Amino acid sequence: MKFLQNIFDATRPAVTDGKFKALMPMHNALETMMFVPDHNTDNGSHVRDAIDLKRTMVTVIFALMPALLFGLFNAGYQHYKALGLLVDGDLISQFLTLDNALFGAWRLVPMILVTYAAGLGVEMVFAFKNKHAVAEGFLVSGILIPLIMPLDMPLWMIAVSTIFAVLIAKEVFGGTGMNILNIALTARAFAFFAYPSVMSGDKAWVNTTTEAGQSVVDGYSGATALGEMAATGSSSYSAWDAFIGIIPGSIGETSVVMILLGAVLLIVTRIASWKIMLSAVMGALLMGWIFNGLASYMISPEQQVYMAMPFYEHLLYGGFAFGIVFMATDPVSSAHTERGKWIFGFLVGMLSIIIRVFNPAYPEGVMLAILFMNVMAPLIDHYVVAANISRRQKRSTVKAS
Amino acid sequence: MFKTHVVQKGMTLPIMGSPSDLLGTLESTTTFAITPDSYLGLVPKLAVKEGDKVLAGDSILFHKKDDRIRITSPVSGVVTSIVRGAKRRLEHVLIEADAVQAYASFPKGHPANRDEVIERLTASGLWTMLEMRPYGIIANPNDQPKAVFINAMATAPFAPEASITLKGREMDFQSGIKVLSLLASKTVLSIAEDESSTALVGAENVEIHRFQGQHPAGNTSVHIAHVSPLNKGEVVWAIDAQDVAILGQFFRLGEVRLERVITMGGTGFVNPSYVKAMPCMQLTSAMDEALRVDRTYRVISGSVLTGQAVGKDGFLSYNANQLTAIPEGEGTEFFGWVLPNIRKFSKNRTFISWMFPHRKYDLSTKMNGEDRNFVMTGEYGRVFPFDILPNQLLKAMWANDLESMEALGAYEVVEEDFALCEVICTSKQPLQSLVRSALDMLHAEMN
Repeated sequence: MKFLQNIFDATRPAVTDGKFKALMPMHNALETMMFVPDHNTDNGSHVRDAIDLKRTMVTVIFALMPALLFGLFNAGYQHYKALGLLVDGDLISQFLTLDNALFGAWRLVPMILVTYAAGLGVEMVFAFKNKHAVAEGFLVSGILIPLIMPLDMPLWMIAVSTIFAVLIAKEVFGGTGMNILNIALTARAFAFFAYPSVMSGDKAWVNTTTEAGQSVVDGYSGATALGEMAATGSSSYSAWDAFIGIIPGSIGETSVVMILLGAVLLIVTRIASWKIMLSAVMGALLMGWIFNGLASYMISPEQQVYMAMPFYEHLLYGGFAFGIVFMATDPVSSAHTERGKWIFGFLVGMLSIIIRVFNPAYPEGVMLAILFMNVMAPLIDHYVVAANISRRQKRSTVKAS
Repeated sequence: MFKTHVVQKGMTLPIMGSPSDLLGTLESTTTFAITPDSYLGLVPKLAVKEGDKVLAGDSILFHKKDDRIRITSPVSGVVTSIVRGAKRRLEHVLIEADAVQAYASFPKGHPANRDEVIERLTASGLWTMLEMRPYGIIANPNDQPKAVFINAMATAPFAPEASITLKGREMDFQSGIKVLSLLASKTVLSIAEDESSTALVGAENVEIHRFQGQHPAGNTSVHIAHVSPLNKGEVVWAIDAQDVAILGQFFRLGEVRLERVITMGGTGFVNPSYVKAMPCMQLTSAMDEALRVDRTYRVISGSVLTGQAVGKDGFLSYNANQLTAIPEGEGTEFFGWVLPNIRKFSKNRTFISWMFPHRKYDLSTKMNGEDRNFVMTGEYGRVFPFDILPNQLLKAMWANDLESMEALGAYEVVEEDFALCEVICTSKQPLQSLVRSALDMLHAEMN
């Protein structure tokens, strides 16, 4: 440890005054990552809580780990299943293999590295330009982005999407803490509209690259459960499959049970708002239940079948669980007031299901629902704040009269 | 028998070094300092020059905007030097005390009316004990406050219990209340829910309210919010219980005698305890004896949440009722933000220590991170027991947006109410200095 500290101490003069000034933010970011700095309090409160933003962010990363690890296995499993290369045996022996995990890791690790390089690169340029430290916001975004992108996406597209999101959604507003939109979802929305062929269709979410002598199984589609529902109204995957997560989809989103593990960590540590999660689930359930009642009035038979799906199953399919737990709860882009969080979450849940059911071109509604509500969050807060203000004014006028 | 107000939100800082009930006297030096900066709202004008002889109670400074308000000497002696800083800013007036103290004499006896109270208090310098809400500055004698709030409830870390500080001064305390009750139509005494001292629960000429809860339940802002919330244009005066006894003593003897009981708390002290001390005294010789020598300790005049770091050669503030010494933070921590850290204090649950709520910590002055923009929401609300949206108010203050500040409740709080928010802030924002400068600006703008 002493040895590392010595390196940082020895190189500090070069980046503070010397010719490597441009590397100052990087030096500082690396040093404060390895060592909690020895800053002391000034006047004001002389003692401080042990929490800092780094720890908050790393807790979210820990919460993502179950879903991420599961996703690695699932990526390999779906690939080998598509190629008909699964060995005989029960599901567990087919699923939990080293081959599956290595296949997933072989694709995910470069995605994560490219995302971090692109995103942190932009952050460091702005840190240098505006002379502030590199904030930790991107630590989480850098993991979230690969987890919601297709496995086969060319790395340059990931880099472009990331740079766009960090630049346009965050830095132009003033950096971490100032953004209006969730960064990871902005990256995905950018990719979705810029590279639709990569982001949608039946081939997007399962890697079906073949090597010499391999071929895709006859009749294999690769469509996600939501894709099938949008087309036919029902899915070949059961609700149980979706809950466990052995279905096609982006790496992070498929396993509801693993996402729930992360949600438990986030709620226990109070990093993410349970109010947003709970109200989003209630909003989705209510909307699903309303659709159950309206199903028979629909024109197309597919829509009738889709809307008649048991309302609670909406929670299990697609990116709903992942979006609600990890993205709707982003403290910066969601509502900032406690009452606002209830409204925000509820509307995210309702809108997700509405978009999902009524927009067959894009079966995944949660991304657009959260982004839309990110934009609306300041409005919700405005009314909550106005209520607080008018309570104060009313008190004063009652007194005066 | 009295109305009990329950304060739900708050936190007791789990810090080691609580003072015992032992009572001694803090060894005094002969050097005393009047520090204009510690009197909020004061625009100082010197009344003495170097070499002047003063008695205890003689004027040292005037308030430029209202020369009835003055700061008087706590001791008799000689003005040895007037210390100025950059741009000739007045920093200290140093007074070398006589071996035998002599007191300026003021009229004795109970005052007849409100004007007489104001006149005698301002003349003696004791007026500065009265704090004006909103803004948390020295009270303006021209205001007509709707109430005077006497605070006899200690919830800040190591804050002295009023039942101990008032021991032996019960009569003076009661006559002080009687004097204060002439100032406004309503006088409120706030005490802890489990308070049993007869001087407090038996106090007369005053409306008694009990408060139950963790810090900041003992803050005057909380009491005002529960008893008689401040609206725009209204004024309340606030005073500490021990100051009321000093005030009562002044009207009985006609002399300014400021010795008070304070606590010495924190792990920096060999023997954390209650002691008698003179305000404005230099701490050096007392600290030589009281401080431990194994580490570097920060000596704070005031509480660990709101006090001023003065150093062991510094001076006790004029209004401090406690002295705190905690270790300075030392060294970096390798990957401190990832490790489970069972032995670290945090209100946040990312540290496993939240499972041991009764553990106490030897807290140091470590910042534990770097400052960042506001990111987390809902954090401050857990330790902020007001019907005020703390994040929104702080952002209005940050943006110098006077209109929003006013609408969001800036008149109802002072910086000490944000002390716990500052402690638990993930983004390490300097909230108290932000609130202070915003209140100063608001005050300048409104007057």
